[in-house]
Amino acid sequence: MSEAPSKHPDAATVIERIRALPLRPAKFMEVCGTHTVAIFRAGIRNTLLAERKIELVSGPGCPVCVTAAAEIDDVAQLALREPGRITITTYGDLLRSKGHDTSLADARAKGADVRVVLSPNENIALAQQHPEREIVFFGIGFETTQPGLAHTLLEAERRRLANFTAYVSHKLVAPVLEVLAKDPRLKLDGFVLPGHVSTIIGEEPYGFLARDHGLPGVIAGFEALDIIVALYYLLAMREKGEPHIVNAYKSVVLPEGNIRAREMIDQVFEPTDAHWRGIGAIPMSGHVLRERFAAFDTHLRFGLERVIEDESGFGECRCGEVLLGLIKPPECGLFGTRCTPEEPVGACMVSSEGACANYFRFGQRR
Amino acid sequence: MCLAIPGIIEELEGEWAKVRVGGVTVEANVALVPGAALGDYVLVHAGYAIQRLTQEDAEESLELLREFSEFQESLDEGK
Ligand code: SF4
Repeated sequence: MSEAPSKHPDAATVIERIRALPLRPAKFMEVCGTHTVAIFRAGIRNTLLAERKIELVSGPGCPVCVTAAAEIDDVAQLALREPGRITITTYGDLLRSKGHDTSLADARAKGADVRVVLSPNENIALAQQHPEREIVFFGIGFETTQPGLAHTLLEAERRRLANFTAYVSHKLVAPVLEVLAKDPRLKLDGFVLPGHVSTIIGEEPYGFLARDHGLPGVIAGFEALDIIVALYYLLAMREKGEPHIVNAYKSVVLPEGNIRAREMIDQVFEPTDAHWRGIGAIPMSGHVLRERFAAFDTHLRFGLERVIEDESGFGECRCGEVLLGLIKPPECGLFGTRCTPEEPVGACMVSSEGACANYFRFGQRR
Repeated sequence: MCLAIPGIIEELEGEWAKVRVGGVTVEANVALVPGAALGDYVLVHAGYAIQRLTQEDAEESLELLREFSEFQESLDEGK
């Protein structure tokens, strides 16, 4: 990367540079659901991307979309086991996502005590105010979200809370990127890497993409210009045959990430195999609480088995292929007909970061 | 869900800050950003400040946030 555009070049200049590169079809993946939104907002899908034959496919970076259905069933059943004693808390996005049988919203409608929290820390006050109840937090999320729960659990330990546990369903970005980089069906030319996950993990965990797989990656922000700049970098690196990981979001992403946050994650959690909805089991791609925090482990407290493989499938919903970038949402037969944001069939239509929800929202029908 | 929102620290007491994000003030824990001080711009995610920002970055991301929350609301209304 010789002359990188300055932090705020204008879009026209960057687009000019993209046009100056040879026209060769390219396929990149935006890993993060928030980027999917940003790309639609930028309004470049049917213009710049089509003109330059750049295909951008959405990836697995939507926490609700990749939360295993069997885990949702698990938590919903737990909620219904003893509604008089057990309270489930979770992020609002997850409420309407269905497991195989039921969603947490369904469980609530049947009388379970399910509450939405904006922060894991709210569980502390809740547990203190309701010593007679078991507060169970359904903790999903990527690295951006994990340090908050780590801090909350450290706080719970300090306060010796006896009625708070966490059902940890975290996902780690690097292991799923490896799966994607290796998938022979995908034939990707590079990645737009998630900005806010990188705020925590920094640049290094992506190094293997370029080193071992010859794939460039750009850590990008969420403005139209950030996206266009990222595309330029990706195309330019491919032309030069020099794949690297470029940090184009330096104002927020330090090379080393957030060290304090990473230390806290490491103190509380250890990596374990995890099941990704629609994708399958990926080794060392999730978290389990370290032994020191066993007292706060929902699985141990309530004798639940960890969901590592979930074979049941999802009928006609093709979310799994959407999450792997193998198909675009409109290629699913249910898209926009039997599956809409009002009546979602799959998780990818529930979350505001889901690819199906965004293709629908922005009227992208192909 | 991974979207973090920018705001300015208006009050600070120990680990806890009041952060103004656009027109509203939210409570955020700053334990993940050692040395966070009054007047700092921070990125807030799920009740935690996760990084410090310059003012310019803070203003840029607000626009995205607005659209984003409108969309989530429209989805949730459909339930
Ligand atoms: S459109 Fe609906 S049914 Fe089809 S893949 Fe997306 S979420 Fe699943």
